[in-house]
Amino acid sequence: MARSERASGAAAAEFLLKRHTLRPAEALPWLIGIGAYFAFPDYMALGTQILIGVMFALSLDLVLGYAGIVTLGHAAFFGTGAYAAALLAARLGWSEPLSGLAFAGVCAALAGFVSGWVLLRYRGLTLLMLTLATAIMLYELGNARADITGGYDGVTGITIKPLFGRFDYDLYGHTYYLYALAVLFVLFVVARRIVYSPFGQALVGIRENLRRMEAIGSPVHRRLVAIYTIAAAMAGVAGGLYAQSNAFVTLSALGFERSASVLVMLILGGTGRLYGAFLGAAIYMLLEDSLAKLSPEFWEFGVGLVLVLTVLFARGGLLGLLERAARRARGLWR
Amino acid sequence: MSGTAALETRGLHKNFGALQVARGIDFRLERGARCALIGPNGAGKTSFVNLLTGALRPSAGSVLLHGEEVTRLSQSERARRGIARTFQINQLFRGLTVLDNVCLAVGERTGACNNLWRAAGARRETADEAVALLEALRLQEDALRPVSELAYGRQRLVEIAIALGQRPKVLLLDEPAAGVPSAESHIILDVIESLPQDIAVLIIEHDMDVVFRFARSITVLVAGAVLMQGTPQEVAADERVRTLYLGEQAHG
Repeated sequence: MARSERASGAAAAEFLLKRHTLRPAEALPWLIGIGAYFAFPDYMALGTQILIGVMFALSLDLVLGYAGIVTLGHAAFFGTGAYAAALLAARLGWSEPLSGLAFAGVCAALAGFVSGWVLLRYRGLTLLMLTLATAIMLYELGNARADITGGYDGVTGITIKPLFGRFDYDLYGHTYYLYALAVLFVLFVVARRIVYSPFGQALVGIRENLRRMEAIGSPVHRRLVAIYTIAAAMAGVAGGLYAQSNAFVTLSALGFERSASVLVMLILGGTGRLYGAFLGAAIYMLLEDSLAKLSPEFWEFGVGLVLVLTVLFARGGLLGLLERAARRARGLWR
Repeated sequence: MSGTAALETRGLHKNFGALQVARGIDFRLERGARCALIGPNGAGKTSFVNLLTGALRPSAGSVLLHGEEVTRLSQSERARRGIARTFQINQLFRGLTVLDNVCLAVGERTGACNNLWRAAGARRETADEAVALLEALRLQEDALRPVSELAYGRQRLVEIAIALGQRPKVLLLDEPAAGVPSAESHIILDVIESLPQDIAVLIIEHDMDVVFRFARSITVLVAGAVLMQGTPQEVAADERVRTLYLGEQAHG
């Protein structure tokens, strides 16, 4: 068997220089995203929530999939962003949407930087517990300061000005869908650039072998804090959009269930491959939506079953499965 | 023995509870040295390397790199100042290609890895340098294969390639040919022999043929302390070494 990857040094370098070029298949999620706008005009509210889920899962992919940071507290940043955007609009009366999102991102980034600086000295199970504990503390803090957060009743009365002062929000959420799609696109471009940058490669190095990264002189802690902060900002933007589109935030925005479900979404779709977040979040939320209609009590069973099957039989997630199938199909074609 | 050594330790102690893995080690590695560190199993050779690189912090004593105290510096800080090592048990980026493995070392050294916006490929220097290194170690054929697919002997070469990507001033090789079939180990030995002359090399090795072929000086470590230091001839002639170590080899 002639191995196509056997190559001369020059060809290898050439491959490396071209690795980040866009592939045609990468247009697919965006075509689907735009197509859904025209095909399912009545489902734009669900579509918006899916796009927000994708953003959130994408931010987790940077942290977990690329840098190998295991976290059960990622909702802390989603929630921080959600409350930042909500409180800015409802309490401070600042209702311009884009600056609201930016504010949500900055607040979450700050939370990510501070907690990351402290927590990312630890690894594995310790880190998992610490991220979980931090998120729970934030949740209880929100609960204790019900005068600010509204406690279990949440923040209501969020009014958002029309986008660019022109595009107002309709009852069916068409504007929010396109708004979310555009925001996702921007976040995705950022994530993709980071992943293919030398910095992104160093993150993968840390994931693959932390010990060796230290031995070759990588400032591991600094790198991890950097990506954790960036991912927190992205999660915060997703949270901000969640608050704006629902005009309502409760403590569930930063609860444990949200941390867990985003993890499930990402593992379902496939970690460390960017598009896993798209597939995972979409499938999870569509399953949730359709199964919950079938059986409001047992929909989680269905999601659980899919997750078990994925973890057991498709280690790279559903996207990994597709990639393997595509490779096999290409092999047969030759 | 005058001037500053490439690497030096003074009174290096390390205890794990009651266990003493280093007991006042005074050691000098001159610039461009070819030194072997030998000793029976459990003598503390790998611990000593870990103390040199900063993976372990000493209980007492100091480590000097080119005359500068680095005892308190982290492992990655010491690596940036020119200490590179290979591991007795492979520490590779297994899921990545051979080329990516070396690119990481080069990129971290040059600071390319601080860049999180431009595509990795857009920096030609990193790729070119890594490829040149792979060609020097005759690994270019495998450049785009994941390391985990390589035969063990080839993986040992990648282990060295990563260290060389750091362009070290001091290179610590922890049993570089361990576990490699003898038919392949000569490739690794050729590589070690053709290392740039200005690098100070310390090699931990059990194979006495390798030690006597490679080393210009030998340090014998026993129970965390230096038993003796000298030329290969001096060490080979030493009665204590013969009974303690070489004799054991002959029986084993």
